[in-house]
Amino acid sequence: MASTVTMTVNGKSVTGAVEARTLLVHFLRETLGLTGTHVGCDTSQCGACVVHVDGKSVKSCTILAVQCAGADVMTIEGLAKDGTLHPMQEAFRDNHGLQCGFCTPGMVMSAVDLAKHNPAPSEQEVREWLEGNLCRCTGYHNIVKSVIAGAKAMQG
Amino acid sequence: MTDTGIGASVKRREDFRFLTGRGTYTDDINRPGQLHAWIVRSPHAHAKIVKLDTAAAKSAPGVVAVFVGADMAADQVGGLPCGWLIHSRDGTPMVEPPHPPLVTDRVRHVGDQVALIVAETRQQARDAAELLDIVYEELPAVVSMTDAIAPGATQIWEQAARNTCYDWEFGDRAGVEKAFREAHHIAKLDLVNNRLVPNAMEPRAAIGDFDRATGEYTLYTTSQNPHVIRLLMGAFVLHIPESRLRVVAPDVGGGFGSKIYHYAEEAIVTWAAGKLAKPIKWTAERSESFMSDAHGRDHVTTVELALDKDGKFLALREHTLANMGAYLSTFSTCIPTILHATLLAGVYTTPVIYAEVRAVFTNTVPVDAYRGAGRPEATYLLERIVDVAADETGIDPAEIRRRNFIPTNAFPYQTPVALKYDSGDYFTTLDMSLKAADYAGFEKRRAEAARRGKYRGIGIATYIEACGIAPSQVVGALGGRAGLYESAEVRVHPTGSVTVFTGAHSHGQGHETTFAQLVSEMLQIPMDSIEIVHGDTNKVAFGMGTYGSRSLAVGGMAIMKAVEKVVNKGKKIAAHLLEASEADIEYKDGKFQVAGTDKSKAFGEIALTAYVPHNYPMETLEPGLDETAFYDPKNFTFPSGAHICEVEIDPDTGVTRIVNFVASDDFGRIINPMIVEGQVHGGLGQGIGQALLEGCVYDPKSGQILTGSYMDYCMPRADDLPSFNVATHNVPSTDNALGVKGCGEAGAIGAPAAVMNAVVDALSALGVKHVEMPATPQRVWQIIHDKRTAKAA
Amino acid sequence: MYNFEYHKPTSVADAAALLAKADDAKLMAGGMTLLPTLKQRLAQPSDVIDLGGIAGLAGIRKEGNALVVGAMTTHAAVAHSAEVKATIPALAHLAGMIGDPQVRHRGTIGGSIANNDPAADYPGALVALGATVTTNKRTIAADQFFTGLFETALDAGEIVQSVSFPVPEKAAYTKFRNPASRYAIVGSFVAKGPSGVRVAITGAGPTVFRWKEAEAALAGSFTPAAVEKLTAPSSGLNSDIHASAEYRAHLVGVMTKRAVAAAG
Ligand SMILES: Cc1cc2nc3c(=O)[nH]c(=O)nc-3n(C[C@H](O)[C@H](O)[C@H](O)COP(=O)(O)OP(=O)(O)OC[C@H]3O[C@@H](n4cnc5c(N)ncnc54)[C@H](O)[C@@H]3O)c2cc1C
Ligand code: FES
Ligand code: FES
Repeated sequence: MASTVTMTVNGKSVTGAVEARTLLVHFLRETLGLTGTHVGCDTSQCGACVVHVDGKSVKSCTILAVQCAGADVMTIEGLAKDGTLHPMQEAFRDNHGLQCGFCTPGMVMSAVDLAKHNPAPSEQEVREWLEGNLCRCTGYHNIVKSVIAGAKAMQG
Repeated sequence: MTDTGIGASVKRREDFRFLTGRGTYTDDINRPGQLHAWIVRSPHAHAKIVKLDTAAAKSAPGVVAVFVGADMAADQVGGLPCGWLIHSRDGTPMVEPPHPPLVTDRVRHVGDQVALIVAETRQQARDAAELLDIVYEELPAVVSMTDAIAPGATQIWEQAARNTCYDWEFGDRAGVEKAFREAHHIAKLDLVNNRLVPNAMEPRAAIGDFDRATGEYTLYTTSQNPHVIRLLMGAFVLHIPESRLRVVAPDVGGGFGSKIYHYAEEAIVTWAAGKLAKPIKWTAERSESFMSDAHGRDHVTTVELALDKDGKFLALREHTLANMGAYLSTFSTCIPTILHATLLAGVYTTPVIYAEVRAVFTNTVPVDAYRGAGRPEATYLLERIVDVAADETGIDPAEIRRRNFIPTNAFPYQTPVALKYDSGDYFTTLDMSLKAADYAGFEKRRAEAARRGKYRGIGIATYIEACGIAPSQVVGALGGRAGLYESAEVRVHPTGSVTVFTGAHSHGQGHETTFAQLVSEMLQIPMDSIEIVHGDTNKVAFGMGTYGSRSLAVGGMAIMKAVEKVVNKGKKIAAHLLEASEADIEYKDGKFQVAGTDKSKAFGEIALTAYVPHNYPMETLEPGLDETAFYDPKNFTFPSGAHICEVEIDPDTGVTRIVNFVASDDFGRIINPMIVEGQVHGGLGQGIGQALLEGCVYDPKSGQILTGSYMDYCMPRADDLPSFNVATHNVPSTDNALGVKGCGEAGAIGAPAAVMNAVVDALSALGVKHVEMPATPQRVWQIIHDKRTAKAA
Repeated sequence: MYNFEYHKPTSVADAAALLAKADDAKLMAGGMTLLPTLKQRLAQPSDVIDLGGIAGLAGIRKEGNALVVGAMTTHAAVAHSAEVKATIPALAHLAGMIGDPQVRHRGTIGGSIANNDPAADYPGALVALGATVTTNKRTIAADQFFTGLFETALDAGEIVQSVSFPVPEKAAYTKFRNPASRYAIVGSFVAKGPSGVRVAITGAGPTVFRWKEAEAALAGSFTPAAVEKLTAPSSGLNSDIHASAEYRAHLVGVMTKRAVAAAG
């Protein structure tokens, strides 16, 4: 039943054996060892698993690995370049936008996607955009600050 | 203050790994040859197991083993222990039913552990679970506490008549009765403190590992206190000596209390790893978390406050039913008692207080501490009854509080309910909040909202909390079965870098930063040369972990003591090298200096000398520079504060919107203000969640959880919460040398009452006296609708 | 999740053939409903047929006085489409309120209507705008399409290809969200168009329905005041821990009034 799937993950072509039912998140975590993408729920609601597929943020727990054959996938591990944090990551650090860090990869990936389309989001726009990302630690206050600052920093 | 010392908002050192996906949470760990576990759980709230046949499951593809309760019992595996013994008012000890990790004959809540399937993959284990042949004979489920204590109710435990675990009383009953007889006014309120599901974003996970060569067991687990798990699991459940049991709690994705307890799955995977001599991993699905993580709160209370004609509080009494669920979780029994009734004085001078608490078994998931643990419940009932009293006496809510505050010059202050408050200034935090919330200008805003057809309300909550339960002797006298000290080891390496081993555990609190700041400040060496190690029983000598906002007040103090020992030893070495008397050596700016001279030795030189002791006072001093300290506090610490919430309610839909939230808190001395603010925000998020959104609902007949996923359990999202307006006014604690108090739970303690007081205030024009939590749109609309219909009729 | 065979056909005909051949095959569009269902092991299809490889099923185009939206068009595409915003802004607004951004990036109109969740948003738009669903076999008017709780007029083997929305004169959608799941507790789509005034209510009942009394009132005067005094009957409405039937009935009125106000 297993087949192989090939996709680009964080700029590198990867191939691995998967079952039809293997979710992208499990392929990333278990086959590729990219454990930065987390699983926080089983109803597709928490956003701990958000990655980019072909440039769009999606929930990697709600897409099959086989569906991503040939796709370009970016995970949190691919965001920092040469040990330098991406401006959004930097903004989360500067604004204390994370505590336990579990929601953080999904938050950051979601935020980067927002900033790509909306370079100067308002507080309300950020709060609405993050509807699919749950955080239990921060009360979102500093996450919202981080996203606004990160979006600004991404414009250079 | 240096830019990394005490008081600086140093950016967190743990962030880099979390932000780049390099954190290591339990589920990120994979051991060579690892197998996967699936726990088969009861679909029924209460049932007898009449058949349990594992044959088909055992022969399913990939399955390595299937274990049931009888297998564990045959190995003499013990039950999960409860850590706190409470006695009923008649002197009898509480009923402590057995709590086997896998049940043998009866299930007592939906989610109860019935069997373990171990297979090569997780999917295979789960596939095989469906082949397990189990026949249940359903028994009537006891869901609500009032049903549980009714005569003739089905008994969940034979030994617990009327499903009562204990019937506890505390305080001065006679004194309270007298005061009530003589009171000018009595305010009374029935209220419910809604049941919550903690929902740390990282689901629980555990990996058991066994080394055949050494006979050592290792458990990787999502825990707030690995040493406590080692102690409880080793001594009571699996009978493994500490010397052969290592417990590692790596990065942990939030806890909020729910990861304090020793859970069945930890014992199950560790035991099974030994049986199979293979590592076994279990990770909860979120739906499993809803039915297996200990829940929080769930009190049903009647509270009464007696006042004199000037609005001074004369006496307080409460009667509470506290839900324990089907089994006693590790600290469940002390939450509604020791951590609750002792807080009933709040920030007030109420002279006599009496509490009756009856703990009740139901066919629900066990209930234990959740952020605040007992204190939010105390604050909620107190701050609600104070508002009811204010309303009934016509005294402004801010004013009635002020009239009853413990005066700022009265500290240390002995309350009538055992606690002695260290320090505080309740007037200032209240004034700060009133100002920040523009309390004076509120009526204008109310009128303006009314013109738009909206109800606007403002609510105050002033709270006290008790952090870092202590001292151990008192804890023991109160029934605690553990000590509540903390340990620290400060290991100075030959070249002067330092590793600090702490028994506290960080699962979001940023200890790796705060503790390093503390040590950096004390030793005047750069933060970069200090590493903080926690979470591994093989590295850290001992520890009690992190909960009850104790890390800095207890764990930080242990570190401080160990650093002092290092400095004292360093002085001895320096005295030898500098040919001075030890008494003349002072430690300053990272140097051991002969007072009044320019003769000195740098910290690094002393470290090197300690490890290369060529010129060394060997007769009087051992080489090396590595000190351990245990710190047992002499008292709790008592943070306090004033929270003010302003809400606007849309009567057409019942939606409550928070338009402003102000928190002014006293946390004692603050090491890292950025981290402290973050802790407050998080607590507020959870407190507001409890007030407006969250509630665990069971079907009253079947005992099924109706809010078993995020589809129905309403987690606060970013657009449910406002930005917060937080400030501090810090009065150092007088009971510890650091002057710190604790900040982790404040938000969750103050917010529910502030929000609900605002909601009730908003609806007061309709004659509403109380609204239960969570104030969901449906509930609020129904109240408005009923009031309006009654008025029209 | 139980395992299954995965297929990614490149034409509707191939998809239909696969569907006919397999024991118990399921089509997959965005997977935003299907995959959570499979994850919970609530269904066990033998085969999953991914529609993602079929060219031409996604896209938005104007055809005469109608807006045609391909079955595989994502909620995000509808929400951001300049064409939709210009012709039926209420539809873009509705699509932008479905789930969260990540759900909108994958979830599709075809999947949403084929699934016909009682709390879904799109059915309201289809019924109020008098849309027509085109499948690989026929066209079905929206009024006939949604037949009951998770039930549609689609036969086994029928594949939604597009939805055609006549452009209305005015339209608006308001949604009262379930606080936990964010699906619709009540959604009201009002439209004034070629087929008169229509008010479609989603979330409140077992499936989308038209609120005829409101339609009649609004046909007389398309103003919030016209529906101010109306209350929908609560009998037959859904009732759960989040909203009783009575509360839902009340919200039907409130949401409809607000939708009329928003439609201007
Ligand atoms: C967290 C979350 C929040 C959500 N919130 C909302 C919300 O607020 N409002 C709302 O309306 N929805 C909501 N949804 C559902 C979402 O809109 C889904 O996208 C939608 O219901 C299904 O679309 P899909 O493309 O993902 O279909 P799939 O999940 O792939 O399929 C759904 C069903 O439709 C069938 N199907 C799919 N395409 C076709 C076709 N072309 N022809 C025939 N049958 C087909 C499939 O076989 C399957 O049975 C939410 C989903 C999630 C996960
Ligand atoms: S894991 Fe929760 S949405 Fe993907
Ligand atoms: S930082 Fe812990 S869940 Fe967001």
